[in-house]
Amino acid sequence: MNPQMAPSRKGESEPRRASARPAVELAIDGRTVSVPEGTTILGACRGIGIEIPTLCYLETLRPVNVCRLCMVEVDGSRVLVPSCSRPVEAGMKVHTGTERVRHTRKLVLELLASSVDLSTTPGIDALLQEYGCRPERFGPRAAAADAGVRDGAVAGHHEPPDPRTAATVAQPVKVDNDLYVRDYGKCILCYKCVEACGPDHQNTFAIAVAGRGFEARISTEMAVTLPDSACVYCGNCIAVCPTGALMVRSEFDMRAAGTWDEARQTKTDTICPYCGVGCTLTLHVQDGQIVKASSPLANDITRGNLCIKGRFGWRFVQPRERDGRAREGDACA
Amino acid sequence: MDIRLPEAEPSDEERIAIDALLGPPESAWDGGSRGRSRDSHVSYGGRAARERRHLLLPALQALQARVGWISEGGLGYVCARLSVPPADAWGVATFYALLATEPRPRRVVHVCDDIACRARGARALTAAIESECGAPLPHAENGGHIALDRERPAWMRSPCLGLCDAVPAALVTEAGTSPIERQLGNVTIGLVRSLLAGAAPPKTDGAAEAMVPQRGDPALRLLARAGSVDPTRLDAYRAAGGGKALARALELGPERVIAEVVESKLVGRGGAAFPTGRKWDAVRRQPATPHYLICNADESEPGTFKDRVLLTHDPFAVVESMAIAGFATGCEKGYLYLRAEYPLAHERIGNALSQMRRAGMLGENILGRGVRFDIEIRRGAGAYICGEETAIFESIEGKRGEPRNKPPYPVQHGLFGKPTVVNNVETLANIPRIVLEGGAAFARTGTAQSTGTRLFCLSGNVARPGVYEVACGTTLGALLELAGGVPNGRRLAAILLGGAAGAFVRPDELGLRLTHEDTRAAGVTLGSGVVMVFDETVDLHDAVLRIAAFFRDESCGQCVPCRVGTVRQEEALHRIAGGCARGGVAAELALIDEIGVAMRDGSICGLGQTAYAAVESAVKRLRLFPTAERKKS
Amino acid sequence: MEETDVIFLWGSNAREAHPIWFHHLLKGVRNGARLYVMDPRRTASAHWADVWMGLEIGSDIALSNTMAREIIHAGLAHKDFIARATEGFDAYRASVESYTLDHGERITGIPAAAIREAAHAFARADRAMICWTLGITEHHTAVDNVLALINLCLLTGHVGRWGCGANPLRGQNNVQGGGDMGAIPNRLPGFQDILDPATRGRFERLWGVTLEPRHGKNLSEMLHAIEHGEMTSLFVIGENPAQSDADQRRVERGLAGLDNLVVQEIFLTRTAQLAHVVLPAAATWCEGEGTVTNSERRVQRIKKTVDPPGDARDELWIISEIARRLGRDFGHPTAEDVWNEFRTVAPHFAGGMSYARLEALGGIQWPCPDESHPGSLFLHGRLWETPRGGRAAPFSVVAHDPPVERPDAEYPFVLTTGRRLESYNTGVQTGGYDSPLHFGESLDLSPEDAERLGVATGDAVRVTSRRGSLVAPARVDRCLRAGMVFMTLHFPDEVTTNVLTIDAVDPKSGTAEFKACAVRVERAAAAAETPFAGAGRR
Repeated sequence: MNPQMAPSRKGESEPRRASARPAVELAIDGRTVSVPEGTTILGACRGIGIEIPTLCYLETLRPVNVCRLCMVEVDGSRVLVPSCSRPVEAGMKVHTGTERVRHTRKLVLELLASSVDLSTTPGIDALLQEYGCRPERFGPRAAAADAGVRDGAVAGHHEPPDPRTAATVAQPVKVDNDLYVRDYGKCILCYKCVEACGPDHQNTFAIAVAGRGFEARISTEMAVTLPDSACVYCGNCIAVCPTGALMVRSEFDMRAAGTWDEARQTKTDTICPYCGVGCTLTLHVQDGQIVKASSPLANDITRGNLCIKGRFGWRFVQPRERDGRAREGDACA
Repeated sequence: MDIRLPEAEPSDEERIAIDALLGPPESAWDGGSRGRSRDSHVSYGGRAARERRHLLLPALQALQARVGWISEGGLGYVCARLSVPPADAWGVATFYALLATEPRPRRVVHVCDDIACRARGARALTAAIESECGAPLPHAENGGHIALDRERPAWMRSPCLGLCDAVPAALVTEAGTSPIERQLGNVTIGLVRSLLAGAAPPKTDGAAEAMVPQRGDPALRLLARAGSVDPTRLDAYRAAGGGKALARALELGPERVIAEVVESKLVGRGGAAFPTGRKWDAVRRQPATPHYLICNADESEPGTFKDRVLLTHDPFAVVESMAIAGFATGCEKGYLYLRAEYPLAHERIGNALSQMRRAGMLGENILGRGVRFDIEIRRGAGAYICGEETAIFESIEGKRGEPRNKPPYPVQHGLFGKPTVVNNVETLANIPRIVLEGGAAFARTGTAQSTGTRLFCLSGNVARPGVYEVACGTTLGALLELAGGVPNGRRLAAILLGGAAGAFVRPDELGLRLTHEDTRAAGVTLGSGVVMVFDETVDLHDAVLRIAAFFRDESCGQCVPCRVGTVRQEEALHRIAGGCARGGVAAELALIDEIGVAMRDGSICGLGQTAYAAVESAVKRLRLFPTAERKKS
Repeated sequence: MEETDVIFLWGSNAREAHPIWFHHLLKGVRNGARLYVMDPRRTASAHWADVWMGLEIGSDIALSNTMAREIIHAGLAHKDFIARATEGFDAYRASVESYTLDHGERITGIPAAAIREAAHAFARADRAMICWTLGITEHHTAVDNVLALINLCLLTGHVGRWGCGANPLRGQNNVQGGGDMGAIPNRLPGFQDILDPATRGRFERLWGVTLEPRHGKNLSEMLHAIEHGEMTSLFVIGENPAQSDADQRRVERGLAGLDNLVVQEIFLTRTAQLAHVVLPAAATWCEGEGTVTNSERRVQRIKKTVDPPGDARDELWIISEIARRLGRDFGHPTAEDVWNEFRTVAPHFAGGMSYARLEALGGIQWPCPDESHPGSLFLHGRLWETPRGGRAAPFSVVAHDPPVERPDAEYPFVLTTGRRLESYNTGVQTGGYDSPLHFGESLDLSPEDAERLGVATGDAVRVTSRRGSLVAPARVDRCLRAGMVFMTLHFPDEVTTNVLTIDAVDPKSGTAEFKACAVRVERAAAAAETPFAGAGRR
């Protein structure tokens, strides 16, 4: 557009998105609710205090609606509806606690718990209990696959199942660098890491979902190690991982040593000491030592993201020596 | 994008294959060699480069066709040319069964191991191949990582190849400068042996006789030309009445065309049975541009081969129908998404496109009336899920064929985020007649709610397998009679109606009228027109296990209910079959039912939602798995 | 940034140097913004560009002036804005008249058609912005370079509006805050004019001291003064000039010749090693309290998270104690006390930014004059007011002036410097963690030059300038063109890059020309001083 013909530019001072969205009225569990157009069902439910469990949803990521835990029943819909991604519509009638809803949630939890190691998934035990899950009813867990076997699976072909056991994604932990580990035996394939590494935030695209079906997995190209991949160690995948499959090395090592104790940790927000962007750093401190850095999801600048320096570059303040360098093998390494 | 490319360089062969598809690189920055002076001070990329992403699948297919697998260097070169991150491209390459990401022999014989072929000898064939020629690929014991002689042909098992009228079926692929892709019917161990020994695969023209048993019947509409008119010559098509509907449609204008389609009450023939006229009208009204048309020719539902017959034996009609649909819905670009396993159809449609472009029936100025529309063929690469109407978008966009959650619906937000109309081949094939005769006339055939004729794919234990066209409302029994019934004096045991996503019906249900309303009332579906007949000699347990394995293999893996549910369903069925049901058969059936309900209620797309359907019908309609209680009674 | 239409990223590799800011840029790109990256290197940032404009090093003014001439001649200048809000346009127009597209192409190396397209896209955009970093300012024409970019914004009216503007990306977390607080040679806190008697008087009354009505010295001037014996004592707080400044040997000589060098540091840096007194300090960003100001003028709280080690002391305590021992006891104010005093002396600037509000709002962008003010999303909106608020924005006449040191037969390469993603400045902080991205220092050169010199990635090369010489591993980088080599300052203990760089200084800002000096590169007989761990990236 020619600027001379663009009077609208004059004094324009507001973000484009600021225009107010009209309200939409719907019914949730019989309660009439009014929310701005474009709100998701999940958002509307949370707004009135109805708890809906989620695993693959995160407010800073585009909803991929793959875990199917947040399903609700909507009148007129043949199947259940993912509340995390479905925008409300005027007159919609939503039911969040019907038998159908509870059945699908229960099965989703059981299917995951029977095939994935959820031992470091926050809040999962309460959910399994709430929905009366018995993941063991699918049979005893199959032995872990050897390293690389799941990475080499060929689409469209699988061995006949072993009737004695239930298939799992168990496999050895990938430890190939000093900064973070990948334990895909704990991966529920929520796609969050792929979204964070990819178009939603980091745009590095070091990882993608490879293969398909039960053999679908998060992978670098040719399943190469992280140092051989495009990874830039921003750790933004770790920040969004809901199960602890991705974990900073300091936490992983402390957990292995039995010294990780979140009850003894404090979190304090400060500002990253590096470039001038001003990222908020949440420092996790245990026993006077920084053990991890993260950033709040609700922060306008970071949206929960950091770069390699922000996430890992704090070690220089750990016990320092007179030679001007952090001591080798400091408290958390 | 600041992508990091693998260190391996492409081979000359790989470079040539990619450049043949994409043209030579324009600069050092998109895969070309350095030295052009301009490159040192300016480069163009960004959005323009990223918008070539949709060529990823064709590029990977070009590598597969030329080299037989996708190497690190080849993948890297594709990524450099198309600005695609290697991990992303790897995710796509590993999604499709016909793309190899480990070294694979140049020639592979894909032998169908699916239910229709199994009903007539496929298990014996694959057992014979395995004992004579060795185990199929991939070798699971080491995750497929084996050193192999790439010049020595190998074989693989394959899901349904869509050649259920000439079983057992196989597909031969051979990479090279003149790649071979050939679908072969009535395969014998002798043929496989010679193919694996390196003999040239026999030529085939997909002779219509076997597939259109009704050939010559004047009542045929959709099949009127199939097998009777030369499918390679536009003049023959025109002489047989082809081409008039397009001219008529241009006279009528889009609104009138859509009005006729609405009046015809035509519904989609791909399985979902959505009213075609409503879909077209919705797309036409969308203000966002451009609009896209997709002809869904990815028929991969086990037991389905009707579209293959239309594509192979009446290709001009498919293209003409697409042109009408494109005109009516305001599209200038159409894609025909063809399943990879139909090489002859690919050749015939390609030929039809070029002849019709030359004749002014496609292109910038159709029939001199200023209408613009053209069609590009995109080929699948071995993924059933890509027949799902939103997975097809992802695949054309160069991504993994993962279905999208709906809404938003394709009519608003489809291919490349634009309003898109997706129609099945058979659905489109009805259009010329509707345009020429009017919707009202069309609706006089069939029943009030299910109008027109329908194609059914008769396979399994019938005397004359093939594609049959009957008016909607014909009974299942009459259709079976038309195909000669169950041969060899054997008793009918069951019919799988609608495909693997359909349901088994019992021999006492032959009075079922083949309409949407009747099948819905009976709790079954017409699906994609599969009528797979099993006589008493067929091991139906095996068929059910194969169906369960099929869904496990073909699940895209995106959503939990389907990804894990299909595994748990197959495991439970194997426990029953193996006599080690946990807590008894009844408990296992209850567990399967719980899984199945969650898959149906909770899955993203039709695959997961129907992955329990056939199993459920086997349990509940056929009572295939007697429980202790039932045995007692 | 996320809602703009055209972005000129000029002399910045923000993808590596400002990664989280680059997230926002990419959101803008995904929302439809067209991205132009002006950089002699085709950096990671440039890989995202719709158009990479690989100008010759130091030809930024020529490129800007060429675009300006094209915009004016194409009738795309924003005449209304120029008339209402600017001054000096006629002189500016006359000054760019000689920068035809062809002339611009000859100086910058960028094809005329590309310059023309970029100029038109910028001028026609509804919203457009220019963002830059040290690629603009580490030249001997630093200020003129900035003025050239500001001219483009004034010419097109891309200033003072949402989604528009001229934005320097700050390289350090509080380089902006230092200026805000008056830690610059020519301004009082809140950028108040030290030469203005009334302003000065206010501070003198408040502080009970007499302020001299003159500008202080910038870093380059200090070094000059040290060399000439005019300055004999130096107090360095949290800076490592012995390794971070250009022409390192000269800096070392200067520091060593001081009568009294006091260094307040968290590590015994190279500079601290030269000091007479070292004051071990807390790392205030997590061991103390205070505020920093980021690139978008957002004042943010930093908080004490852990205790400083050993005898390291809070920095405010150190300053207060030094003041006391110099005879001026102002007790031991807290960081908040100091901040509140600042709010008092610069009320128009920060009056509304109480600690409580900073906490509640997650930082506030200045100016924020009172506690009801939400902070300022962007500056210069006054230029669009009717009648215009404040004085007119001046165009500045600036002319192309190539780098001081140009390649010749003896020193045929241009060495330019910058940052890499995983490291920072002189590596004092980033040396503290290991990562697969830490490859150590290298001399990056083009494949063509590597071939000509017969070196491969990892081979040792000797790099020599008129000031010094070093040996470093070579790294072949496709993103460089022949004749250009690149190094960082991140590993000064291993590779003393700054022995090579030139201290040609911008007279207006005191910044040295880190971005261009002439060097010679030869295969080294000896092995590199450090092994190179980096794999070649294509």
